[in-house]
Amino acid sequence: MFDYETLRLVWWLLVGVLLIGFAIADGMDLGTAMMIPVLGKTDTERRVIINTIGPHWDGNQVWLITAGGAIFAAWPLVYATAFSGFYWAMLLVLFALFFRPVGFEYRSKKDSVAWRRNWDYALAVGSFVPSLVFGVAFGNLFLGVPFYFDEFTRPIYTGSFWALLNPFAIVCGLASVVMLALQGATWLQMRAGGEVQGRAQTMATLLGPVLTVLLAVAGAWLYYGIPGYEISSTVVGDAPSNPLSKTVTTTDNWFGNYTDYPILWTLVAASVALPLLTSLMAKAGKSGFAFTLSSLAIAAIILMTGFTLFPFVMPSSTDLASALTLWDATSSELTLEIMFWVALFFVPIILGYTLWGYYKMWRRIEPEFIEQNSVSNY
Amino acid sequence: MISESVVELSRWQFAITAMYHFLFVPLTLGLSFLLAIMESVYVMTGKQIYRDMTKFWGKLFGINFALGVTTGLTMEFQFGTNWAYYSHYVGDVFGAPLAIEGLVAFFLESTMIGLFFFGWDRLSKVQHLAVTWLVALGSNFSALWILIANGWMQNPVGAYFNFETMRMEMDSFAEVLLNPVAQVKFVHTVSAGYVTGAIFVLAVSSYFMLRNRDIPFARRSFAIASAFGLASAISVIVLGDESGYEVGEVQKVKLAAIEAEWDTHPAPAAFTVVGLPNEETMTTDYALKIPGALGLIATRSLDEEVTGIKDLVAHAEDRIRNGIVAYGLLEKLRNGEDTPENRAAFSKVSVDLGYGLLLKRYTQAVVDATEEQIKLAARDTIPQVAPMFWTFRVMVGAGFTMLLLFVLAFYYTAKRKAYQTRWLQWFALLSLPLPWIASEMGWFVAEFGRQPWAIGEILPTYVATSHLTETDLWMSLAGFIGLYTLFLVIEIYLMVKYIRKGPSALQTGRYHFEQNTATQGA
Repeated sequence: MFDYETLRLVWWLLVGVLLIGFAIADGMDLGTAMMIPVLGKTDTERRVIINTIGPHWDGNQVWLITAGGAIFAAWPLVYATAFSGFYWAMLLVLFALFFRPVGFEYRSKKDSVAWRRNWDYALAVGSFVPSLVFGVAFGNLFLGVPFYFDEFTRPIYTGSFWALLNPFAIVCGLASVVMLALQGATWLQMRAGGEVQGRAQTMATLLGPVLTVLLAVAGAWLYYGIPGYEISSTVVGDAPSNPLSKTVTTTDNWFGNYTDYPILWTLVAASVALPLLTSLMAKAGKSGFAFTLSSLAIAAIILMTGFTLFPFVMPSSTDLASALTLWDATSSELTLEIMFWVALFFVPIILGYTLWGYYKMWRRIEPEFIEQNSVSNY
Repeated sequence: MISESVVELSRWQFAITAMYHFLFVPLTLGLSFLLAIMESVYVMTGKQIYRDMTKFWGKLFGINFALGVTTGLTMEFQFGTNWAYYSHYVGDVFGAPLAIEGLVAFFLESTMIGLFFFGWDRLSKVQHLAVTWLVALGSNFSALWILIANGWMQNPVGAYFNFETMRMEMDSFAEVLLNPVAQVKFVHTVSAGYVTGAIFVLAVSSYFMLRNRDIPFARRSFAIASAFGLASAISVIVLGDESGYEVGEVQKVKLAAIEAEWDTHPAPAAFTVVGLPNEETMTTDYALKIPGALGLIATRSLDEEVTGIKDLVAHAEDRIRNGIVAYGLLEKLRNGEDTPENRAAFSKVSVDLGYGLLLKRYTQAVVDATEEQIKLAARDTIPQVAPMFWTFRVMVGAGFTMLLLFVLAFYYTAKRKAYQTRWLQWFALLSLPLPWIASEMGWFVAEFGRQPWAIGEILPTYVATSHLTETDLWMSLAGFIGLYTLFLVIEIYLMVKYIRKGPSALQTGRYHFEQNTATQGA
């Protein structure tokens, strides 16, 4: 139905969709859980926070797993190079994420102050660290990643873990944390009762402007201080996936796509404006609108990131030609096609039963509800 | 040159994290179906006790499931972090079932599990029952796709090597799906999961009966588990993996190693019950044999031979020589000599390229490999025999013990005597570790038996790793072991805590610790 070139483009969009799905859905409960100790003072309040995401975090987390699997299937070179190159960053994410399933499930299974407090912090740290590292990783994509391929296409990473923690990437990491915390705060404002609701409102009101500022800083830095990359040979969209068959040069900055397609500036405008609007709505007590706007902000920010890098997925700073792009890091045409149909068929079904689950579980979690159902709740 | 110790440590890390993950998976597979059966009885009969059973066993299910999810995350990441060359080399084929697993199965299971725990008062009876069944189906679909991926590692069908992209590419999705090795693996593995769930319920119910508490609750749980377990145990054994061992070279090698078949004997081959496999002399000392049995089990016939190890090594040597030719042509093709002649010559020998790569362990210059190096590489194609021989026998022994338990449990349940038969309850309780022992041994046989290959006949484990240092590996290994041990201790603590409480943990007021009288009889 599609030719190879189109399929490659479609898969770039689909990976984007999965990342947006992850950031909206799992980002909501990452953001919620990282604020447990901040927004919940008493055990009941903390349980209110946890139980707003109780029925949903598990399904949401599959967005991450599926995004990982889809990258493996559609962009095997990216999966291989990024996961092994960012070895310690990935393991840090993994070790942090470990504490979430066990934290949610085990926290309230023992009536002990110390036990529960330890799990609260484990959940908070376990949610904060991945949110930070994902942002740091994306920041490093703009800087170029130090790797190259040997003659048999074995990815060899020449950098260190500590080099990932450079100032620009840390700004991106903080933006990611604040973005997901904002998503969590609007969720809590909408779904939590008692004291937590008010605190979440305050938090949501504060975080929007902070996110806008961080994005503006990162954007200005990117515009004025960071060179970009571009493919200097002719792009052959249906050639076999071999990154080394192209050439790449550096450019003044990453905004070449914006010169060619000024329409992209609307994404920048949306990314800056939507967090502010989210906070305005949160302040006005319109939590449903605030949550929707925050979700849209996430989509805009991820799309902006993707279109800025386009067609690069993972530029290399060591050997420019080794850069991975959406044209030369993909699976074969057959695999892309099969996976396209599978995704096309199942993503709507997933959205269907996920939304049904939210619809069925929809209610404000009040402190009284937690106290009356102490055994069956988290 | 790739560091031998990085390869070793990467293998240890994968083995430890995978075997750890599989402590939790089989219980999820089995218990989810038992929950669905219990809740079905509740919906059909309206009897409260079945609802309580679903909820209580569901609590234990949840404690186990949390660690299944936790350790499963590692499995999704680890191919990329530690097996980068593998990921590049076979991602085109292997990545697809993993991604489909997420989309088709794991999403369903994980979304429904939240509704299972929190939806009791929010869903209608039938809706909740549907949710529980979907959890069970989701977890089983999940196993299906993972085993399609694993089956492909054992018997890589439906794919070819593309020298332009320097990797395996899929040419038939149908062949990957219908891979006979994947199919038998799926049936064998999920049945083993059902057995695990059944033994778990049987053992814990026996504990309640031995303690003389919550007898009606324990009896009903015991009865359901004994019927479900009997059917599952028969299916595990009848649909054993054996039938998959005649497909593909790697499977043949595995069979020969399991049975310590050093020589090819006239059909039908004898089955060695026990003995001491000796790698040096290539014989099995003190072997106790049943004539004809192996040929019957392995080939399902009386006239087909089971190939012995010595012949398999000789065969591998031929393929390595072919592989050297393939490797030489590949170098030419990738270094500017992309001529029709070279392409044609390469396509004739490319199936043996993987055998050429086996030499990488001994020399970088594969085309100039010495006779001695070829001999070493050929010998490498046979995994160590003694560990295979013994782990397989432990697995089978555990399997038949469990079958015996289910037969007795089912018989005494049918005669309505199970709750008075103390020795049977003790037997059930003491059998609790058996399914885990059997599963872990089974995976050891499957994966250790696949060595030296990461992908059978295609990609040696030795070349499949990431470009990492020994320090990286030691540190990550320490991290995994440390965290996993911590979690396991907590998990077992909570399991024991909730099992001790029994259904009283539900705080319905109907069970043992909430009653005024000390013990409530049947």
